[in-house]
This record gives sequence, C-alpha cells and structure tokens, in this order.
Amino acid sequence: MQSEVTKFLEKNKQSILTQWMTNLAEDHILREELMSNEKSRQQSEELLLAVLKVIASDNFKNTESQEHESVSDIISEVSIYRARQGFTPRETATYVLSLKQTLAEVLDKKFAGDARLLYESARELNQLLDSLSITTFETFIKGREEVIMRQTDEIGEISTPVIRVWEGVVALPIIGTLDSMRTQTVVEGLLQEIVATGSSIAILDISGVPAVDSLVAQHLIKTVSAARLMGAECIISGIRPEIAQTIVHLGIDLSSIKTKATLASALKLAFQMLNLEVRRGERK
Amino acid sequence: MSGKGGGFMVTLSKDIIEITREQDVVTLRNRVKELAVKIGMSLLGQTKLITAASELVRNMLRYAGGGKVTLEVVLRDKVTGVQLTFADEGPGIADIRLAMQDGYSTGKSLGLGLPGTKRLVNEFSIQSEVGKGTTITVIRWKNGL
Amino acid sequence: MGSFLLVTIQVDLYDRLALNLETDLIRMVSETDARGVLIDISAVGLVDSFMGRILNNIATMSRIMDAETVVVGMQPAVAITLVELGLTLAGVHTALNVERGMELLHKRLGSDVREGGRFYGNSE
Ligand SMILES: Nc1ncnc2c1ncn2[C@@H]1O[C@H](COP(=O)(O)OP(=O)(O)O)[C@@H](O)[C@H]1O
Ligand SMILES: [Mg+2]
Repeated sequence: MQSEVTKFLEKNKQSILTQWMTNLAEDHILREELMSNEKSRQQSEELLLAVLKVIASDNFKNTESQEHESVSDIISEVSIYRARQGFTPRETATYVLSLKQTLAEVLDKKFAGDARLLYESARELNQLLDSLSITTFETFIKGREEVIMRQTDEIGEISTPVIRVWEGVVALPIIGTLDSMRTQTVVEGLLQEIVATGSSIAILDISGVPAVDSLVAQHLIKTVSAARLMGAECIISGIRPEIAQTIVHLGIDLSSIKTKATLASALKLAFQMLNLEVRRGERK
Repeated sequence: MSGKGGGFMVTLSKDIIEITREQDVVTLRNRVKELAVKIGMSLLGQTKLITAASELVRNMLRYAGGGKVTLEVVLRDKVTGVQLTFADEGPGIADIRLAMQDGYSTGKSLGLGLPGTKRLVNEFSIQSEVGKGTTITVIRWKNGL
Repeated sequence: MGSFLLVTIQVDLYDRLALNLETDLIRMVSETDARGVLIDISAVGLVDSFMGRILNNIATMSRIMDAETVVVGMQPAVAITLVELGLTLAGVHTALNVERGMELLHKRLGSDVREGGRFYGNSE
C-alpha cells in the first residue's frame, strides 16, 4: 500500500479508533451487558493496531507473514471471546465489517481528490478485512461448539442422581436424551450405588426421557442384565403412552423386564418384592 | 492429521510376550492392566480390555498352541490407547464371518470369544489364512465407550 | 437335611485352578449332601467366557444333584463387561453379598439347612 496512506492511518489511529467505537455504538452492537465498554475499546485497539501493522508491512501480499498471523490470532481470540459472552453471529460479523466501514470513511475524506489512490487502498483493505471476516465466522462457530460441549458435560453430570428411596431400594430418574456416552455414566453410577447401599431393587424412571428408540431400549436391557448379574432387580417406570406405542411399533421386546407406568406403582411393586406393607396408621 | 481413523498413529511404548503355556495368560493380563492403568483408563475400560485380552489369548493357546502378543501404548489425534496384537502360526480360520458370529464354536464352548471381544474394544481387526495363522489387533482408547 | 457351601474366590483363577474348582465343588456337594452353594466373587476383577462357563456348569451340575447355586458379590465393572461379552449366566442365581445370598437360599429351600464354609484359591 502507498506509504502516504499507511503513514496517514498510523498518525490518526486514535481518532480512527474513536470513530469505529462511535459507529459500533450507533449500530447498537456494543452490548454493554455482555462486555464492558472498556474491554471493547481495549480489544478493538489491539485489533486495529494489528491491522495497521499488516497494512504497513512490506509483505502485505504474503498472507503467511508474521503480521498476518498475528492479526488472525487476535481476530480469533476476539471472536471466541464474543461467542462465549453470548454475542450473536450477526453482531460479531458486523463488528469486523464496521472496521472496514470506518477505514473507508476516513480514507474517503482524506483522499477524495485522488480517485486512483483511493481505489487501490480500498481494494487492498477490503481483501484483508474480508479474509478476517471469514476467520471470525469460523472461530465464532468453534467457540459456540465449545460452549455446547461444556454444557453437555455439565448436564451429563448433574442429571443422573441416584436416590435412596427406601432401605434396599434406589431410584434413578433419567432426564434428557440417553446417548451412549451418557448411558455409560448413568449405568456405572447406578450399579456402584447398588453396591454401596446394598440395595436389591433399582427403579429406573424414564419419564424425563424424550424418546425411546431401539438403541435406548438396548441400553436399558443391558443395564437390567448387569444389575441382575450383581443380584439386583430393576424396575423401569415412567413409561408414557407414546413411549409404549413406539416400543411396540419398533418390535422391541421388554417382556423380560418389569415395567410400570409411574414411579409410585414401581415403588409399590418394590415393597411387594421386599415383603413390605404400607398401611395408614389408626388415629385415636 | 485429522478425521476419524485418518490421523497418524504413534507408538509410545512396545513390548512383546511369548505365549506358550497357560500361566502366560496371567502374565499377559497383568501386563495389560499395568498399561491401562498407566494411561489412566477407567476401571470399566480396564476390565473390558483385560477380558478381551483374556479371550484372545485363550483362543491362541487352545486353537493355535500359542503365539506372540505385542502390547503397545499408542497415540492418535491426541488420544492415548492400548493396542494389542495377537499373532499365531496355527491352523487359521477358514470362515471369519462365521467365527465372528455369537455362539459359533468348533471347540464346544460358548462361541462368544471373538464377537464378544469385538464389543469390548474400540477397534478390532482380524486377518487369518488357513495353514498360515491368525493375527488379531485390538485397541481400547483411554476414554473409549 | 442338607447344608450350604460357601466358596470364596480370592484371586483371578488360573484355568486349571478354575477347572479344579468345578470338580472339587461338585464332589463337596455330593459328600456333604449340600442343598445350596454360594460362590463369592467379590474379589474377582475379571470373568471371561471360560470362567463364566464354569460358573454355569457348577450351577447346572449342582441342580442335577438337587442343590442351588448363588453367585454373590459380582463387581459392577465385571457385570457390565459380561453383558457386553454376551454372557447372561441364565442358570445361576445372584445376590449382592453373602448375607443376601444366604437369605435367598433360605427362602428357596426352607430353613432346615446348616452352613459350612471353604476358601478357594491361593491367598495373596
Ligand atoms: N487363533 C485362532 N486360530 C484358529 N482358530 C481360531 C482362533 N481363534 C478362534 N478360532 C476359531 O473361531 C471359533 C470361535 O472362537 P470364539 O468366538 O472365541 O469361541 P470359542 O472359543 O468358544 O469357540 C473357534 O471355535 C475356532 O474355531
Ligand atoms: Mg474363545
């Protein structure tokens, strides 16, 4: 890029930054509730300086250069940070595009008389900032995926509590989709609890499971078989009508397993199996 | 270096045990356990892997009169695992598809060794040639299902 | 009148030792006229199809001799692995621990039984 232009940009970087921040504010994408203004300014300054360095460098055309690498690192960081804070993709993309806009405005004003210079500079700036937009898009999605993965892990951990409902009876309310990974954690937790509490009956309540396909059914059957090998019986409760329907339609055979519609009736069955009787006390 | 199964595999350690008699089964199990513990495999993962190894080494002794087991700690796509290779120079298996079926046995036993082993590990491959011998390779990854 | 036999397996058995267990135990059932056999495997970290078959054999043979077999104390990891392997131990009763196994035998056989015990395997 012409040294005339790079020198001008370098000299005016503070006012460019202010202009950019103003544009962002006008577009309502500062989102102070997600990120403080100070932090925004700091991030933007870092990005702007890196962009100016690329423009000023001798190897502007060489996208493998150290300057290019550093700016793309910064834009990645910024995008991931924004993804984590909960910015929308549109807001994050607009953020980068608004830098392009700001630079175009500033150059327009200064070099209005030299169309050729203006055209050259704008073309090169566009090239750089468009490639940064693509990086933003990629890393933003990656950042979101990380968030989702972390949440999946957390849900997996918190949603499988084994409850001692009675001496010798444990219950496990399963909430959410049963994929293979989760089933493994759930099953291990349940079987360990059976040993720890010496419970010979385990109730698996699936009223919180959105759908039962043949894979889920297979997981359930395996769990029941493993518990049996250890000397415990399982009762599966919370079978909603639509789940009973799919089970039959899919041709899944649950006949070797004790099933009940509600947790209450499963508990009743457990009492029966343990020879326990629950009676209302006489009042005097 | 990415994509499922597409990455490079690096061997971090390698060790060979000759299997000639029944006592070697116990040695093998212990060595497999050591490696699984070393890479931080869960108790369930260890149990599955050792059981698989036990099945395969038993087959090796019973049908091929012994052989060689190679134990390796491997790394692929930043994940560690234990890879076991069972190689014998026995009679080989004529119909692998049949041998991999639940309940098929020429030894009047349960016929669960090969198909069961496949379910207990994350990766399983078998090569066999009649009259030449059989080679079975299995991998269990550190956090494999 | 019969008794219970309690066998505690302390270590992972060599194949020969496992086969001996089968022979010894069946002889014991006959000698003591036992009505129940409890096999405690809580210290066992691995049951493969060979060992599983021996447990099944013991149960089947005992039944022929009018005795019931209960395998007690199987560890969760062992149970999950056995299911994956495809082994269900269909002919064998199971219980969480020796006490529960004893209760189960009493329930199935009535209470006219004595109890006797025996260790199996080398102690390490
Ligand atoms: N290493 C081997 N060499 C030759 N034949 C084998 C070998 N391993 C397995 N087989 C064959 O495959 C069959 C199935 O093996 P497996 O599933 O372990 O069941 P089982 O050992 O109970 O027969 C065996 O009966 C045997 O015919
Ligand atoms: Mg076998």
